[in-house]
Amino acid sequence: MTALLFADISVFVLSLLVGFEVISKVPSTLHTPLMSGTNAIHGVVIVGVMVLAAGTDTLPGYLLLFVAAAFAAMNVAGGYLVTDRMLAMFRTRPADRERTRSAGKGQVRS
Amino acid sequence: MTAFDTTIHLVYLAAAVCFVLGLHLMTTPATARRGNQLSAAGMAAAIAATVVLLAHDHTITGTAVVVLTVGAAAGAVAGLVSARRVKMTAMPQLVSLFNAVGGGAAALIAFGDAITHTGSVPLGQLPVRTTLTTALDVIIGGITFSGSLIASGKLAGVIPGQPIIFRGGRVLNVVAAVAAVAGGTTYVAGYGGAPMLCVAAGAALVFGVLMTLPIGGADMPVVIALLNAATGTAVAMAGFVLDSSPLIIAGALVGASGAILTKLMADAMNRSVPAILAGGFGTGDSPATGASAAGGNVREITVDDAAIQLAYAGKVVIVPGYGLAAAQAQHEVVALAQALTDSGVDVSYGIHPVAGRMPGHMNVLLAEANAPYSQLKDLDEINPEFPRTDVVLVVGANDVTNPAARRPGNPVSGMPILDVDRAKSVIVVKRSLGHGYAGIDNELYTDPKTAMLFNDAKAGLAALLAGLHAYVA
Repeated sequence: MTALLFADISVFVLSLLVGFEVISKVPSTLHTPLMSGTNAIHGVVIVGVMVLAAGTDTLPGYLLLFVAAAFAAMNVAGGYLVTDRMLAMFRTRPADRERTRSAGKGQVRS
Repeated sequence: MTAFDTTIHLVYLAAAVCFVLGLHLMTTPATARRGNQLSAAGMAAAIAATVVLLAHDHTITGTAVVVLTVGAAAGAVAGLVSARRVKMTAMPQLVSLFNAVGGGAAALIAFGDAITHTGSVPLGQLPVRTTLTTALDVIIGGITFSGSLIASGKLAGVIPGQPIIFRGGRVLNVVAAVAAVAGGTTYVAGYGGAPMLCVAAGAALVFGVLMTLPIGGADMPVVIALLNAATGTAVAMAGFVLDSSPLIIAGALVGASGAILTKLMADAMNRSVPAILAGGFGTGDSPATGASAAGGNVREITVDDAAIQLAYAGKVVIVPGYGLAAAQAQHEVVALAQALTDSGVDVSYGIHPVAGRMPGHMNVLLAEANAPYSQLKDLDEINPEFPRTDVVLVVGANDVTNPAARRPGNPVSGMPILDVDRAKSVIVVKRSLGHGYAGIDNELYTDPKTAMLFNDAKAGLAALLAGLHAYVA
């Protein structure tokens, strides 16, 4: 086992632990955005695809690269946007509604 | 390490920090959106750093630049358009689709890396650390790619939601698993090269399909979470192959998140993960309609009586379930809640963890319909409130309200439930007395204080709202 591999494994294990620690605190209300958000985070494969591109110089390699790039970009761009859309609904409503409610029926916030 | 390399690695580290802090901010609704934006900023920085790295190294061919750019642009446009257009009810299938392409990209990275090596280094001389992680990446990535596509198809209704079981399916499944492992092992041992990797990948793809087909619609929250964890692991493996720490870190974070959600969902459904994967249980999107002979007497209520009961209650708790999500009745339920709130009734929602079609989906549906966040209560928050509640309105939820769960010796024993039966009275909106997914009678329905309103979730809620307006306006 090389030192490099050992460093990689350490990073992997510690990240798992950090992940468990942080994510176990997320309330069930936010589980769908959480899942969608982590989904976007694994869109970091696009960095891997770019690194791979540096060593590609054959036709099969290019084909593979094209599909991988499309997949990864779809994952990362779509993932972040859809998570943002969901969270926007969570964030603005409570204050808005609280005000509407206290102002009584029919009166919209000032 | 040159100053340039150091800078690139520092940016990667900063990106990883953004991912972790972003997830940390997701622990409260108020900061969650900022968390996601921070995470996206980290991602943008990591991508920008990689662009600089490629430009600096000059090893990339012109053709590769064009292929990469065009491919990424096409994928990004497809992702952005679908993300912008998707309806909140269709969220689970889109998330599943993004999960599929992420896993697919991770598997393709290992493939591409293997092809690149084939030209330069003799296969036998590749270090095991590379070949092993390559094989794992291809197998796990392959399974999550095909598995997530099937899951997405099931959630979208393209593929029937019921468990799909055929003769010999289980045998074929084992054959595919063995072939994937054997192919991967042979590759690691140094034989076969890229073609052998193809065999492993093909077997993994078949396994992913066979694994997901027999799983019922109601088990989907667990399966999506599990596939999410698998994609995270595949991405981490791709990170090992390329020796890229951002991939390893992000992959591990996603793996941890998926694992936690899988466990939470499985616990909330009172099922073990192996039992769910064994498949065969569960219903499709439409709840079973065959009326069963429930023991005991069931009291039926008219829409008008139910509306009056709700209007004169002091405190109402609405329990929305899978049936409401399947009927897409979130706007109707929120309209009803708003009308009740406006006439002075204290309304809140009691939301079971598995209500909906993916973890936390019901909260998103209700938030979309503008339900005030302060009214959304989870299991632990709402249960102490039931004894003080005048009327509980159960819409499309079944097993999660069954008091039998408190007794040992039946399929729902030990399952965390909403203590609906402790309220003063209960109205259940349901199409028929059909069984829930556990396949047993719900004792709540025969409770003397429970009244049944036999109707579809969407139509029933609309009728209740109309009734309410007629009497209270």
